[in-house]
Amino acid sequence: MDMINLTIDKKPVTVKRGTSLLAAAAQVGIKIPSLCYMKLEDLNIENKPGGCRVCVVEVEGRRNLTPACCTDVAEGMVVSTHSIRAIHARRTVVELILSDHPTDCLKCAKAGNCDLQSMAQHLGIREIHFEGEKSTFREDTSPAIIRELDKCIRCRRCEMMCNEVQSVGALSAINRGFNAVVAPAFEMNLDHSVCTYCGQCVAVCPTGALTEKDNTGAVIRALSDSTKTVIVQTAPAVRAALGEEFGDEPGTLVTGKLAAALRRLGFDYVFDTDFAADLTIMEEGTELLSRLTAFLGGDKDVKLPMLTSCCPAWVKFFEHQFPDLIDIPSTARSPQQMFGAIAKSFFAEKIGVNRKDLVVVSIMPCVAKKYECSREEFSENGNPDVDFALTTRELAQLINLANIDFKSLPDEDFDNPLGESTGASVIFGTTGGVIEAAVRTAYEVFTGKKLQRLDFNELRGMEGIRHATIDFDGLPINIGIAHGLGNARKLLEDIQQGKSHFHAIEIMSCPGGCIGGGGQPYHHGDAEILKKRQMALYREDAGKPIRKSHENPFITKLYEEFLGAPMSDKAHHLLHTEYFDRSKNGN
Amino acid sequence: MPKIKLSQKTIEIVKEICASFENNEGELINVLHETQHKLGYLPAEIQELIAIELNMSVAKVYGVVTFYSFFNMIPQGEFPISVCMGTACYVRGAEQILHEIKRQLNIEVGQSTPDGKFSLNCLRCVGACGLAPVVMVGDKVYGRVAPQQVRKIIAEYQEGCVKPERHEM
Repeated sequence: MDMINLTIDKKPVTVKRGTSLLAAAAQVGIKIPSLCYMKLEDLNIENKPGGCRVCVVEVEGRRNLTPACCTDVAEGMVVSTHSIRAIHARRTVVELILSDHPTDCLKCAKAGNCDLQSMAQHLGIREIHFEGEKSTFREDTSPAIIRELDKCIRCRRCEMMCNEVQSVGALSAINRGFNAVVAPAFEMNLDHSVCTYCGQCVAVCPTGALTEKDNTGAVIRALSDSTKTVIVQTAPAVRAALGEEFGDEPGTLVTGKLAAALRRLGFDYVFDTDFAADLTIMEEGTELLSRLTAFLGGDKDVKLPMLTSCCPAWVKFFEHQFPDLIDIPSTARSPQQMFGAIAKSFFAEKIGVNRKDLVVVSIMPCVAKKYECSREEFSENGNPDVDFALTTRELAQLINLANIDFKSLPDEDFDNPLGESTGASVIFGTTGGVIEAAVRTAYEVFTGKKLQRLDFNELRGMEGIRHATIDFDGLPINIGIAHGLGNARKLLEDIQQGKSHFHAIEIMSCPGGCIGGGGQPYHHGDAEILKKRQMALYREDAGKPIRKSHENPFITKLYEEFLGAPMSDKAHHLLHTEYFDRSKNGN
Repeated sequence: MPKIKLSQKTIEIVKEICASFENNEGELINVLHETQHKLGYLPAEIQELIAIELNMSVAKVYGVVTFYSFFNMIPQGEFPISVCMGTACYVRGAEQILHEIKRQLNIEVGQSTPDGKFSLNCLRCVGACGLAPVVMVGDKVYGRVAPQQVRKIIAEYQEGCVKPERHEM
């Protein structure tokens, strides 16, 4: 190994060639402040445009200060990270950024979570010595994401996520100088662009320039309307992250407290999207088996591999970018929308409430879910199946508004009949989880045999693209998994070129899956947080008495009482959907 | 923004240009240069077409078009007038010249005259600082221009001039 010796703040350091000064310093406990730089370890995600210059350090023998994030170590380097010159430059840089930044921090959606605000505090900025014109931009409101670019600091993290990680290409740096900003082509609104609303730009934005559309007001109004019955569903990944908003360690499971908090907020019924995830497995699993059976029977027209369809950003992605493949994904709706459809038919009927008087709220780790529930096909006469989707962060906001001391809440259960779920549905929240859940059910239905093991470790992990072959009693089933739309693109291109050997592929838009969703508590560039959330979901699964979707007794009952069988006409009408070619007409 | 319909001929021209650079994303700036040279400007529809041909996002294409002041998204006049605002020209009175051209043509920087004859832009240094202040009309360079000469320069192009070779969209 080619090692380099240098000195940072008088400490001798030995690191591999090619290490940045920022990383080398971190190895000896020196934390050089950085703003635009961001790295998600193990996910292959790094942003280092060297643009903000907050991480500048002094290197002996060099005339100019150098940014530590994009300067490699060199033999014999003598580096000072806190010389007067470096400190002065760093503070000047932050003051200059602040001089072109709105000063509405007290009421900014990002207050308390803003990296720029933290940086100003960290450096003890008490005065801004520069005054002048501020750059202003038009605000852009979409169903899911709000762009308030007066607050953009041109770190370009969003651009990196949108292009390099997600390969969506909705955002780019445009214009130059004072007018430079990150925007869609022709500065069009996001909802006219190819944006998938995956929300990864929101997840990494250091300031309040990109935030989710706030639906808390609408939910509070619904809860206080005595003519409405308001029910709530909560997605699997929420329970593994919500605690972070209240000071819990990442990876703390708060399922019981979550149910208790929702009940105290005044929801009439506290249900679980996990129930609908079990339902998804029944429909999607059956669809996979019917395609497989047709394929094995020699049907040459059958579409394989089958792709999962739980993720609304992924759906919008292939509708825009791969219109030739829109008949490959499963037609099964996402769990959020299956829940909405069942709630406003089966459940509304059961409790004798008109669908117009039933308000369905969902708590999601996701901003794209806001867009998904606004899609026309998921409504009846203008009444949406799911009325409002809130992010995990928005739920924390509601809990605070309702004066609930989250940490002191008891553990409570979800209500029935739409609250019972299995371990299979819990892992829907992580990459690999949906396909593992599908395998548990598809195997037993297909072979008629009991599974010997329920943990499919070969499907788990954080690798961007993974594959495994599962033996279905002599029939090898090839499974692919991708998280991050850039990785999904690679698998789709293989399918286009006829190179794919998979029978089924799971795709989730966000790195890590829903645990890393755009609506989750901010990770501030720490990928360890995502791994801990992932482990939490597998823990919850392992502790569940029932771990296979088809064994959920309330699911069995729902088919008996209402739906008939998976993929029946009724199931088709309520639980399946169609996709649209969006390549021509934008949104 | 209003959509314009590209003629089949225009589409072919753009495709040919992209192909001549092997549809290589890295050649975007050259493709844009050549396209603007042939078509006069780079409207949104052309940028969309180039993005498809080079297999890149249209946001990136737009990013490059808006970064370089050389590229235009609105139609240029038959005779594009450029006033150099580089340091040498500026200190020798480029601003007064610009003012005079705006007054005579009754347009602002970035606009075209209603008859489509002239458009007005500023640029930075054409490398003829010895001739400051410099005005360009099309490819022709006018040096040591005084505000009084502006009327005469414009008159040269008012009628009877050979049209520059350019494909109409």
